[in-house]
Amino acid sequence: MDSSSGQPEKPVVSRGLDNFFLDLYSIFQFIKRFFKEALRPPLEVKEFIRQCYMVGYKSLALITMTGFITGLVFTKQSRPSLSEFGATSWLPSLIAIAVVRALAPLVTSLICAGKVGSSIGAELASMKVTEQIDAMEVSAINPFKYLVVTRVMATTVCIPILVCYTGLVAMLGSFLDIYMNEHTSFTTFFQNAFKNITFLDFGTTTMKGIIYGFTIGIVGCYQGWRASQGTQGVGKAANVSVVASMFLIFLEEVVIVQVANSFR
Amino acid sequence: MKNFKPNIDWQDKVIKVHDLFKSFGSNHVLRGISLDVHKGENIVVLGRSGTGKSVLIKIMVGLLSPDSGGVNVLGQEVATLSNLELRELRLKVGFCFQNGALYDSMTVGENLEFPLKRNTPGITRAEVKRMVETVLDAVGLSKTVNQMPSELSGGQRKRIGIARTLILRPDIMLYDEPTAGLDPITCTEINNLINEVQHRFNTTSIIITHDLACAKAVGDTIVVMKEGRFIKRGPFNEVFQSDDELIREFYDYNFIQ
Repeated sequence: MDSSSGQPEKPVVSRGLDNFFLDLYSIFQFIKRFFKEALRPPLEVKEFIRQCYMVGYKSLALITMTGFITGLVFTKQSRPSLSEFGATSWLPSLIAIAVVRALAPLVTSLICAGKVGSSIGAELASMKVTEQIDAMEVSAINPFKYLVVTRVMATTVCIPILVCYTGLVAMLGSFLDIYMNEHTSFTTFFQNAFKNITFLDFGTTTMKGIIYGFTIGIVGCYQGWRASQGTQGVGKAANVSVVASMFLIFLEEVVIVQVANSFR
Repeated sequence: MKNFKPNIDWQDKVIKVHDLFKSFGSNHVLRGISLDVHKGENIVVLGRSGTGKSVLIKIMVGLLSPDSGGVNVLGQEVATLSNLELRELRLKVGFCFQNGALYDSMTVGENLEFPLKRNTPGITRAEVKRMVETVLDAVGLSKTVNQMPSELSGGQRKRIGIARTLILRPDIMLYDEPTAGLDPITCTEINNLINEVQHRFNTTSIIITHDLACAKAVGDTIVVMKEGRFIKRGPFNEVFQSDDELIREFYDYNFIQ
């Protein structure tokens, strides 16, 4: 149903502030609808699997390359500082903590915000402006469940898996550099690397992956769902999806780190 | 012109629009319109762009909600229906969008199968295939089944859009600008198709257009819309005998030019 007629003609406080609160309200309504539709059977399994393939499998090459380079470069950059104190043996442990606690979730989610978020925003916006979403609605198909729920669930499920994968690949990148310089064996490297990693670290990272995945999915879908103004609206939806997702991810990172540190 | 006599039941009103108002902010699009559509009738709603023609049919399928007044379709007041009731009503009302609104990521065959499979639980693959072939045959595009929408011409997209609607066997067809942006020969083909759908599937139709040739070819009744109101209703020849400035302008533009 439309909401266009419900908008007040004169602003209550100021146009900008009014729009901010109206946007905030509609985002909460959107999230509320997501949970309502997601919990109501049946789940669109086929479309969910297709979206998992698009979000997860199609991002693997980029994630592999970025994760590997991140691990390799971070090791290279950290070595000089540690070698000043003769502490290069701490490298595996230092890299593991940095990768597991911060780099893997952040790198993965920022890449996915750019690749997946923009793609979801643009795809839904293009469907919206070409009336494909309306076409689903009038064919007695629930477009929200078919398009939004499946995409948000796919990002929420796949991004934590990608985070773990990035962490592993980054550690392999780090191992390569350490092996080339210190000739440390694979077993020793990983024993040293993970001796300081706790269950809380893994738990927090997985939770970050879930929260960032949900954020990327919901922001992309929301921007696409409310797109207007033809092709211009498609570009805007893709752009805002990326910017808003990245901003929210950094904001969430700060909050999650604060909460996690209170348990240490 | 039609080469068959439409089977119209003048006693049975399948759509009743009563005192319908709709505004978007300060833009008053519909200003109290009323309309009855009889079973088997093809009604053409004529009017300039922005007069609220598409808004009218979008209200009929619940894509928009009216500010006041209402639309009764097949005995049900659309604005008061629950989601489930609206879903059931939509199965009986086909909506053909201006540009076809085909799903870009699916082939023509998948576009047709999609609403059918979703709304017919337990349907067999053989039945789906047969129904897809039947509707593609009805719109004369049997060979496009494996093509993507991007490979089709504008006229073909509209035909597939009509086929996708027909596959659910609706009682009512709503066409939004079916001939807009097409060459005259393709327009004639679409007009013939609309008539064939009325004849073969015994549907009631509302056709939104500003193309007079289309109105003349497919309309049993013409209603002319101006500034959110109906200003004239009747058969084509009767309506265009009017001295109203807009109607004269329409006629002169379409037929003299």
